[in-house]
This record gives sequence, C-alpha cells and structure tokens, in this order.
Amino acid sequence: MRFKDVFSIIGPSMIGPSSSHTAGAARIGRAARKIYGEFPEQVEIIFYGSFAETYSGHGSDLAIVAGLLDYNTDDIRIRDSVSIAETMGMSLSFQTSKKPSAHPNTVMLKLKGKGRQEDSVIGASIGGGNIEISAINDFDVKFTMNYPTLLVFHNDRPGIVADITAILGSGGVNIGCMDVDRKGRNGDALTVIETDEAVPLALIERIRGLQDIHRICEADLTDNEVKG
Amino acid sequence: MRFKTLQQLVDSCTQDGVTMGQLMLTEQAKETGISEEQTFQQMADYYSIMKEAVRRGIEEPVASRSGLTGGDAVRMQSYMKNHEPSSGKEASRALAYALSVSEVNATMGRIVATPTAGSCGIIPGVFVSSQERFHWDDDHLVMGLFSAGAIGYVIANNSFISGAEGGCQAEVGSAIGMAAGALTELRGGTPEQAIHAVGLALKNSLGLICDPVGGLVEIPCIVRNGFGAVTALAAADMALAGVRSVIPSDEVIGVMLEVGTAMPSKHRETAKGGLAQTPTGRRIMQDLYGPNGRGKKKGESPQT
Repeated sequence: MRFKDVFSIIGPSMIGPSSSHTAGAARIGRAARKIYGEFPEQVEIIFYGSFAETYSGHGSDLAIVAGLLDYNTDDIRIRDSVSIAETMGMSLSFQTSKKPSAHPNTVMLKLKGKGRQEDSVIGASIGGGNIEISAINDFDVKFTMNYPTLLVFHNDRPGIVADITAILGSGGVNIGCMDVDRKGRNGDALTVIETDEAVPLALIERIRGLQDIHRICEADLTDNEVKG
Repeated sequence: MRFKTLQQLVDSCTQDGVTMGQLMLTEQAKETGISEEQTFQQMADYYSIMKEAVRRGIEEPVASRSGLTGGDAVRMQSYMKNHEPSSGKEASRALAYALSVSEVNATMGRIVATPTAGSCGIIPGVFVSSQERFHWDDDHLVMGLFSAGAIGYVIANNSFISGAEGGCQAEVGSAIGMAAGALTELRGGTPEQAIHAVGLALKNSLGLICDPVGGLVEIPCIVRNGFGAVTALAAADMALAGVRSVIPSDEVIGVMLEVGTAMPSKHRETAKGGLAQTPTGRRIMQDLYGPNGRGKKKGESPQT
C-alpha cells in the first residue's frame, strides 16, 4: 500500500500552495536533515521532472530549505526559509536536471559540512504530501518516513541483519518494513528499518556496539507531525 | 486496514453495522496504536484549520504569491448578498467557501491537504457550508472527514491522487468523489449510497488534465475547486435520490488509473500543455520567470 492511513489522505496540515511541491518537498528536506544529523553548511539541490519545471512557482525551493532547517510542513517560516538559512550560514545551490527520473517529482539533495562525509539523498513526492526516499549515498532503498526509521550502515557479513533485528526484538520494538542494499558482496551495505515506535537510545547504542557497524542514523518525522 | 476497495468498505460497514466514518476511525486507531480519542482529536484540529481557511478568504480579499489570482471568494460573497445566484444560495456558498480555501492556499497560507493542496477547497467548501445549513455540530463533520478519508484511501491505493501522476482527475476528481460520498453519509445515506455518489462524481471528472498556468496552483485550480464543491453536492443528491452508478465505483477508479497512465506528461502538472501553453498562459509564464526560463530570484519572499 502506497498510502497507509487516513492522515495520508486528509492531511497534512500545511503551508500551501502544493502538497506535492511544497509539503512533500519540505518532508524530503527534513528527512535529509535527519539523516545527515546536523545543520548542513552546504547543500546542493537538484530538481528532476515536474519539480524541475515548476519548483520556484510552487515554492519547492523554500519548502526543501525549510525541511533542511528541520521545520514541519505547516510552519509559517517556510515562506522565508531561504533567507533564514542563508543568515544562519547555509550555502545553497539550486539546479535542474533533464535526466529522466523514476517519479515525476524527484529531487536529489547533497548535504555537506566541514570535516565530514557528504550525504546524498534522493526522494520523490508522490502526492498529498507523501514521499518516498529512493536512494541514500548510492544505496537503492525505499521508505516513506511515515514511521520512525533507523538507517544502519554496515559491512555485508552473514548474520549482521539478524544481530540488528535481535536487539530491536529484545527491546520490544516491532519492525514494520525493512530494506537492505549492498554495493557488493562483503562490501558496504545499508539496512533501513521502519519501526512502529521510536527506538530507545539504549538499543541504538547496543546496535552501534556490534561488529562491522559504520554508522547509525535515526530519522523520525513523526515526532511533531501526524503520520502522513 | 480491512478494506482495499469501496465494495469491501461497504461490506465491512454492513457487517459491523457502522458508518464509513466510524469504521475508518476504528481501523486507523488499530493500525497506528494511537487511541481513538487522540485520532479523533487530530482530525478535529484539521477541521478547525479548514474552517479558519474558509473564514480568512471570504472576510478579506487575499492576493496570491504571484499576484495572478485572489479576491474571487469575496466577489462571490458580495454577489450572493445582492443577487439571486443561478445555482441557488446553498450551492453558491459551497462554491465561495471552496474558492476561499484555495485562494488562501495560493498565498502560502495554512490549509489541510484533502487529499492534496491543489484540491484543498472542495471538502471544506462542502463541509462548512453544509454545517451552517443543516446546523450540524463539529463532531458530525469530523466523522465526515473520516468517511472522506476512507474513500480517498481506496482511490489513492488503487489509482492516484497527484496531478503529476494522473492529471487533475486524480486531485480535484478524487476530492469531489470523497466530498460527495462523505456528504451522502452525513445526510443519512447508507454506505452503499455513499459509494454510488463516489462513482457518479468520479465519472464526471475522468480525463481532466492538470495544466496549471506557470505551474502554479492557481489557474485553473482555484475555480475548479469552486466547481468541484458544487458537483459534489449534485452527486450526493443523486445518490440520496437513489441514482446508482451502473459501472461500479471501484471500476470507475480503475478507469481513472487507465486514463491517467495514458495521459501525456505535458498534461500532468508540467505546465507544458493545455491552458499553460495557450498564448496567454505562455505570456503569464514569461512574466513570472523571465524570457530564459526561471528569472525569479531564489528565496524571494512572497507578497503577503
């Protein structure tokens, strides 16, 4: 099911004018911010498809930047987000690409900062403010940000997924959906886990302590927004 | 959720002896683990935002961010005061309220996507005008939003609700179907009558393209919301009168998917065809973005 509940149909509460181009865009931006984990000093924003044609008329640029500032879809500051971000020291570049994309409303965000690795996130806005994240740092994954989402970057080795899920299970955390991708056998891998409730910090620390774990991000947009 | 089609929705309601709204509320609470009270409250908050958006747009003229539209809701209001509207007072009020919410949306004001922002005027237009007319309390309307949500959930998962995927039929068309079905139930119709209202309404918007001038959710989106509210009233009336959708509503949703999938990309929200590419549409686009495409300064603040 692409749309999971009633609030993905009635909702979100949002600043107009377009649920795909404004609210969805804000959620993709906010998902990227959560994945990156901190204020990004530099962000490259590349629009594809219908996004590329009409982003400025819909304020998609403002919405994505609002998301990068961790604003929700109905935050009135969306209107001024670009100037706010620039005042705070975020350097922004907007580009469009004619490359075909899987979904008409697709955007790629590259987040950078001093002394750390870049994160690239590709997301699509699929209607009514709902989104699908389809790639992170060249890993092909698929998730919606409708649930608290745990991203575990690790080495591909037998049993590692079981190790991770065993820890979640021992803490009573239920997994709703899971996606795993790897760059090659025994190479880098990414496991994305959507959970019914936020994962307690102690469990995250236990997962971090496993062998072959590179990095963990907890991306949760459900904290101050209704599902969807 | 227990249902994937409108027929399954009706069957579940019949089996449990509940309305579509009640079934949706129960299913939602079960699915999310959030209590029915809290879920109801969330929807009630959304209804308050809708009423506030109706009020904002009819009390004073609001100009859109682009300056292209605004003030039509106020025009309708004052026309209704001084004239006998051809479509009658009640339909005109639904129309004016729908325009109002859509105009507020175009100013980057706060609205609720129902199911999208492009179609955000239709459900508030129908609901708020009907509430005034029939003296319903807010709780009744909030349950109506759950009914509308149940219908939209089926449409969205079997077809689409975004203009970029399926054209305007997917946005405005879905909203009309949702409003029509919910209103049928709010007025005492059975779930079966309500889904006939959905099918009747959807058939009237099949094939509607998404061709916004300059890519903005303004022309023709705002007036289509006004028309949409009136169509929803008509569809609910037909269903309550016993008119049936001979092609079952689930099959009509299948047609929407077929038509939207076949729709060329220029008619799916890219502003590359339809009204957007008329001589006037092109001139407006050039005024907005400059001759070389997008001339607008990034981060420019909206004029509100």
